Amino acid sequence: MNLHVGLTDFLIVSAILFSLGIYGVVTRKNAIMVLMGIELILNSANLNFVAFTRFGLMNLTGQVVAVFVIILAAAEAAVLLAIVLNIHQQLNTVNVDEVDKLKN
Amino acid sequence: MTLLHLAIAVLFLPLSGFTLLIFFGKKIRRSDLVETAILFVALAFSLYIMIEKLFILHLGTLDLTFRWIDIGALVGHPGFVLDLGIAIDNITAIMLVVVTLISSLVHLFSLGYMHDDIRYTRYYAYLGFFSFSMLGIVLSNNILMMYVFWELVGISSYLLIGHWFEKKSASDAGKKAFIVNRVGDVGFFIGIMIVFTSLHTVLFSGIFKGIAAGQLSGPLLTAAGILIFCGAVGKSAQFPLHVWLPDAMEGPTPVSALIHAATMVAAGVYLVARVYPMLDADALTVIAYIGAMTAFLAATIAITQNDIKKVLAYSTISQLGYMILGLGVGAYSAGFFHLVTHAAFKAGLFLGSGSVIYAMHHEQDMRNMGGLRKKMPITYWTFVIFSLSISGIPLTSGFLSKDSILGGALAYGMLSGNYIIPVLGYGVVFLTAFYMFRLIIVTFHGEPRDLHKFEHAKESPAVMTIPLIVLASLSLFIFYTFNPFSPESSWIMKDVVKPESVVPAAQSRGWSKPAVIETAMSPTASSTSSQAQSGTKSVTYYEEALEESHYFGMGLSLTLAFLGILAAFIIYHWKKIDAEKLKQSVKPVYTFLLNKWYFDELYGATVVAGTVRLSRMMAWFDGHIIDGIVNGAATVTRGASTLSGQFDHYVVDGLVNFSARFTGLLGRGARQVQTGKIQTYIVFALLGVIIIFFAFRQF
Repeated sequence: MNLHVGLTDFLIVSAILFSLGIYGVVTRKNAIMVLMGIELILNSANLNFVAFTRFGLMNLTGQVVAVFVIILAAAEAAVLLAIVLNIHQQLNTVNVDEVDKLKN
Repeated sequence: MTLLHLAIAVLFLPLSGFTLLIFFGKKIRRSDLVETAILFVALAFSLYIMIEKLFILHLGTLDLTFRWIDIGALVGHPGFVLDLGIAIDNITAIMLVVVTLISSLVHLFSLGYMHDDIRYTRYYAYLGFFSFSMLGIVLSNNILMMYVFWELVGISSYLLIGHWFEKKSASDAGKKAFIVNRVGDVGFFIGIMIVFTSLHTVLFSGIFKGIAAGQLSGPLLTAAGILIFCGAVGKSAQFPLHVWLPDAMEGPTPVSALIHAATMVAAGVYLVARVYPMLDADALTVIAYIGAMTAFLAATIAITQNDIKKVLAYSTISQLGYMILGLGVGAYSAGFFHLVTHAAFKAGLFLGSGSVIYAMHHEQDMRNMGGLRKKMPITYWTFVIFSLSISGIPLTSGFLSKDSILGGALAYGMLSGNYIIPVLGYGVVFLTAFYMFRLIIVTFHGEPRDLHKFEHAKESPAVMTIPLIVLASLSLFIFYTFNPFSPESSWIMKDVVKPESVVPAAQSRGWSKPAVIETAMSPTASSTSSQAQSGTKSVTYYEEALEESHYFGMGLSLTLAFLGILAAFIIYHWKKIDAEKLKQSVKPVYTFLLNKWYFDELYGATVVAGTVRLSRMMAWFDGHIIDGIVNGAATVTRGASTLSGQFDHYVVDGLVNFSARFTGLLGRGARQVQTGKIQTYIVFALLGVIIIFFAFRQF
């Protein structure tokens, strides 16, 4: 049995992560959980970048993009959490279905 | 100011009176006097015109023609002009005086007779309108304008006869007069159209010129003459259209005097005199026969009537028959002369009867009168003069004119072999004298029969007697001639000359051509003698015959007239023969005459009933067939509309509703997608990506 871990395995893990992230974004009502789903998606992309660089399909650009994405995700999480906090203060809820002020 | 301008003034004076009275009659005090004065002014003008024209200036025909319509020649059309105008010749001048004289006297008489009438002003307005129409007929120089005024006379006579329209009989009489006249007028109008289509002119002068040039001849000319004469048959109450005149006695008595003596009924005679040159031998024969028939028929009816006005009505018809007869037999001047003299004495008779009726408080049946001679001397004596005049007794005007007509009839009978015409003519002389003196004796002589009314009867006021006296003096010979036994010496006979006939020689009477005296009276000579032109004074066969029959005719008519008077005295005054017994012995004849030869019944059974039946048929046709078609069309339309409505409701609306519902359904389905939830959108987006991924995947 060939236990060699190849690019395909990374991509499969990444795909699973992405799918889990999408699932979280789509099904969760809680804004925090949605954010967590987004983080999963971002990280699945990071995993791809890193994997492609490791197997020589990209140059170091992949590594750099992965770092860039991590920084971006941190900033994004900060901003989003601030928004969620504000929403909770204003509407007393973090359920995304109930945040429908723009509808009316 | 020429005589023509004066004539126009005469024409429009009565019209101005009519306008004034009909619009402002209530505001003007004594508007009746205004109207009467207007008529007297017109009379003065007319007298001036006649005297100037006939006795002082001796003018020819005065003519004033203007172009009414002028349509220039077009391609394929010769163009069209219509001239109208007025003309004064001798008969017009005389007629002007006759009409205005009688009309003004009637106006004067009405001041007394009508003074407590409810529609007094309107009565005078209509009188003025009537005079205007009649003067229009007299003055027209063309047949079209004459026809227009002819109809105006018809409508104004209708208004006057139906003046007391509260009475059914009066309004019926007005309608009858109008409708019966219309029958004749249809013929008149067809005659006008024949003349106009052939000759393209309506002027009398143009018509005669065209016929002389041979543009209208043969049977069409005869037809035109007879059809124009139809108008005269209606207006002048000739057989068989005489039935309206007796009924028209329902109008006020002065109206009867105006309409039935001098104006309306004279219009027919005047028309025949006007178109005389275009009448050919056949038409003249028809005219003579109708005249003779009318004279005889009316005279026989007059004998049996008991209403004083009915007697006079039939006597009028009879005398009009004489005039028409005179024109028909060629005694042109005599016929016209009789028109003038008859106007005076018949107007007098009517006004006299009006005076009697007024005194008797509107009693018209002479069986209830009697003995009025002493109570009403002026009325009585003027009445006697009128009666002598109408009977043709010497020293009166009637003798002069009637004798010349009868002389003409006798000459005609001898020349043409139509002996029946003089026989009827002379028979009527006897009848006329008889019924007139019967009227006088029953009304004025004997014992009063209705004592109550007799007590209250008295002579009429001066406004009523003065016209009687004027007319009585005009019924004497002195105004017409100085020789009471010679009609030829009267100025009317001299001034009214028979116009040259313009009909082709083949259609005119041989014996009205000039005869060379030496060739005597052989019919074969007429062709050669016609070459002897009438430039020099020549004598026609007709004049020869007239000369020969003169004394015999005069003697005969005088004898018959005196016999008639004698018979009236024997039966009604001395009562040698009992009138009742006489009636019984000739009962069928008497009943026949009393019922006016059953003319009304005959017309009622044929024309009136026929019209009614035709109208009923038309009404049935209208009600069943026409209405059926209309209703059927409506039903079909309604059915179609219902169907169309159903189609609209179910099919069209169904389609529309279905499309709307379908769209709604689609919308409802599509709306499900639009949840507003970001997560759903993401799922869709993802699905989309997946689909795109698989769709565009390179295998």
